[in-house]
Amino acid sequence: MRHDHIISAKQLSRGDIETVLDHAADIAADPGAFADRHSDTLLGLLFFEPSTRTKMSFTTAMKRLGGDIVDMGSVESSSVKKGESLADTVRVVEGYTDALVLRHPMEGSAKMASEFVDVPLVNAGDGAGQHPTQTLLDLYTIRENAGFDDLTIGIMGDLKYGRTVHSLAHALTTVDASQHFISPESLQLPRSVRYDLHEAGAGIREHTELDEILPELDVLYVTRIQAERFPDESEYREVAGQYQIDADTLAAAKDDLTVMHPLPRVDEIAHDVDETTHAQYFQQAHNGVPVRMALLDLMLGGDQ
Amino acid sequence: MSDKDQQLRVSKIQNGTVIDHIAGGQALNVLAILGIDGTSGDSVSVAMNMPSDRLGHKDVVKVEGRELSQDEVDVLSLIAPAATINIIRDYDVVEKGRVERPSVVEGVLECPNHNCITTENEPVDSRFAVGDDGVRCEYCDTIIRDDLPAHILAE
Repeated sequence: MRHDHIISAKQLSRGDIETVLDHAADIAADPGAFADRHSDTLLGLLFFEPSTRTKMSFTTAMKRLGGDIVDMGSVESSSVKKGESLADTVRVVEGYTDALVLRHPMEGSAKMASEFVDVPLVNAGDGAGQHPTQTLLDLYTIRENAGFDDLTIGIMGDLKYGRTVHSLAHALTTVDASQHFISPESLQLPRSVRYDLHEAGAGIREHTELDEILPELDVLYVTRIQAERFPDESEYREVAGQYQIDADTLAAAKDDLTVMHPLPRVDEIAHDVDETTHAQYFQQAHNGVPVRMALLDLMLGGDQ
Repeated sequence: MSDKDQQLRVSKIQNGTVIDHIAGGQALNVLAILGIDGTSGDSVSVAMNMPSDRLGHKDVVKVEGRELSQDEVDVLSLIAPAATINIIRDYDVVEKGRVERPSVVEGVLECPNHNCITTENEPVDSRFAVGDDGVRCEYCDTIIRDDLPAHILAE
């Protein structure tokens, strides 16, 4: 695998994905063997939006490879507050570090930033755009639990604005998964994502209710529906309530259904699901470390 | 009305470019795309909604003193795919051509996604890939299919 920047799941071939996932599996099996791999490496973290999992798992991944991180901190305490452009910020910080991780609230920000730097840049979420490293850890979790062969997956919730969905849906076309999208009509996939899925030859099946497809699923990927997407609170509650699952809902599912969620959840997965064998979302979050270790190792030349 | 009468409406130019067979009503958008706003002092003639056998109605733009390059005129294919380009030297047509659909247009259209990074104060031009039935922002992936003229960037 040789990519200077990781901007979108669309740039990842099946071969790229398997390379990262295989390497992640090797790392997960024996993390100590990689402990001094990148002892001279500094990773720059530029998070223009709040993040817990992505930021902490990148930090953990870099440190577990023997390197360290430098963190811009919050936007409020940075030069961005003084009106500095993103292009300027990344050009300055690339001089301090060996690679950059960027999260930014605007779509296309990572692609633009990558055009201004020579060090590798990883998109850790650009607005409602893409989140390719989340996709890699999602794929890792799917491969570990359900495998890629004859995979039938349901993706439910906010499909319009959910960047994890946009990245994942595209990547799943490379493994020929059968994809079902379950959402309220107002939060269906955006035109650009539909177009890409169509171009990739994927059949899109859309549903407004989970019941009609749940028994067929190997994986159910749940995402959060956010209140701010709706004109008022009551409409949000009514709609969001239809896309919540609990242990009773899952009685109709296959015994080996894997339930995933990029987290944070609010109430779309009831806590009684946590105790079932279906729940894999905490393991999914943990997988962020070996997967990001693998990606950083490969990007920084660990495969040579 | 004879052809000769129509010719008189817009006088011949000595040197420059004549863009003919523009879809009726699109002449001002053609000028906007080319960044021609009259401030350079060159003579610019515009004829709109002239009768045309091929288009029904067509617009014609004549730009005195400026020979447009193929790259410059190709972006016109987005709004005036039937346009023809005539380069004029000393009142004679020395070159005749058509607009060709470019694969990418830069700095011509504004992304309609207000959350696209190209709409911010960043040192980057908008860039759209041109497809068969629309254009697509190379930064945020937004697709524009209809009403491209409404998305022409103001100079």
